[in-house]
Amino acid sequence: MKKTIDEINEKIKKGKAVVFTAEEIIEVAKEQGLKNTAKKVDVVTTGTFGPMCSSGAFINLGHTRPRMRITRAWLNDVEVFCGIAAVDLYIGATQIPDNDPANKEHPGRFRYGGGHLIEDLVAGKKIKIKALSYGTDCYPKKELTGEFTIKDINDAFLFNPRNCYQNYNVAVNLGREKIYTYLGILKPNLGNANFCSAGQLSPLLNDPEYLTIGIGTRIFLGGGIGYIAWHGTQHDPSVARNKYSVPKSGSGTIAVIGDLKTMKPEWLRGTSIIGYGVSLTVGIGIPIPILDEDILKFTCIKDSDIVAPVVDYSYDYPNLTGRVIAEIDYATLKSGKIRIGNKTVPTFPISSYPKAQKISRILKNWLQTGKFLLTEPVQRLPGKESGIKFRPFQGRYK
Amino acid sequence: MEISKKIVLHFPENLVERPITYELVKNYNIVFNILKAKVAVDDGEGMLLLELTGTQNNIDKSLKYLKSLGVKTEPLTRDIIWSRQDCIMCGICSSICPSHAFYIVPEQMILKFEPEKCIGCEECLKVCPYNAIKLKLM
Repeated sequence: MKKTIDEINEKIKKGKAVVFTAEEIIEVAKEQGLKNTAKKVDVVTTGTFGPMCSSGAFINLGHTRPRMRITRAWLNDVEVFCGIAAVDLYIGATQIPDNDPANKEHPGRFRYGGGHLIEDLVAGKKIKIKALSYGTDCYPKKELTGEFTIKDINDAFLFNPRNCYQNYNVAVNLGREKIYTYLGILKPNLGNANFCSAGQLSPLLNDPEYLTIGIGTRIFLGGGIGYIAWHGTQHDPSVARNKYSVPKSGSGTIAVIGDLKTMKPEWLRGTSIIGYGVSLTVGIGIPIPILDEDILKFTCIKDSDIVAPVVDYSYDYPNLTGRVIAEIDYATLKSGKIRIGNKTVPTFPISSYPKAQKISRILKNWLQTGKFLLTEPVQRLPGKESGIKFRPFQGRYK
Repeated sequence: MEISKKIVLHFPENLVERPITYELVKNYNIVFNILKAKVAVDDGEGMLLLELTGTQNNIDKSLKYLKSLGVKTEPLTRDIIWSRQDCIMCGICSSICPSHAFYIVPEQMILKFEPEKCIGCEECLKVCPYNAIKLKLM
């Protein structure tokens, strides 16, 4: 017997919904069987907390007197994108200040950038603004310097074009020199292996065929409420999958949107990646309505059922060779060491599992106390039948 | 702002008679406290464990100066402060910590810090993406 989202929402409103996290459901289903559990359980909650490039925030300052049509602007010395409208700006998470030495003194430290700016904004801190314009008859003001907090501006919403990767590379270094990557420092000759996924708690790994997750799905985003706006950039549903339908490499992604004014700095953290740059660490939790047994079965996925590709970041990744050295499951990755060939390699996480657990528990609490209702997606994310593929650049270039 | 730092100096025989600590005080306004000392006897190398207090800039300059003389320096600290509030428990510090003072508990994926294992290399300070590891300020 199938449930509907409306039926589940009625139970949530009455405070009677049965909710488990994607970690807890594994044991529950094992003890009580899939059939009984599917009948009894209404929602399974997921969570992930890791650096997510392709993040940013739109803000609308409100108009100055006299009006100004801003052409360039810097917030806390970080340039923001102004080519949208007079006082609409986009803060890109990976933007660094103009005067940052970057990697001139290698490895650069990247202490501040767009991600930190978003965190400061959400934390209610004062933000310095400098802006320029050429001036028009209707927008005469040419220069602006001042400061503001999030309360002083009209709108602020997070809009991240690509978050929440469904599975990800495990990064290693086959070269002879230490390298600095967005997956951390990689010591030469397979000195370490860094991985970045919440595994069995990760949202898209618990609904691998996007049976319930789609455009319009209401989610936990940055400590507040957000929505899935579209499939994310580089969405790649057609990659090889294992017998549990779980992609064996990076595949599905989502674009997410939500009101920054409801979010919390604990769940949107500016991130300084030595030798690489800045980013934003984003907290996302997606509820999965247990409408039937098939959906439940997918949420019972365990770390040992999910494999990730081991990729060399000294040559193969930068040169887009596509080579995968090995495939390792997350239970082994979380044991602290893996075997590659005849070498034992220590493993380290880049995303935070304890924080992913916390997100799944917060979302569970919201659902149990009627603070959060589920939405029916208006359209499912494109699956493998869509033919959508993440292709290398097809244009001409030198 | 002044900081304090424990440093082990190893100096070769030819420098044992030079008043190096005096020069640190005079040139870089460093306040020092001798915590441990070993005068060269057999191997000809002297060792000093100093606590230096001064501005970051002056401490950096003194370390440069010591290096230029041929003195090997290595920091010794229990001065690393781990801010649990800022830490998200990723494992980046543990991936570069040479003495496993920072480590991830397998399966649970919780980060732990054992200060007594810390050799004070300060590598974690440079790599922490969330500015959750700091030096103790005086």
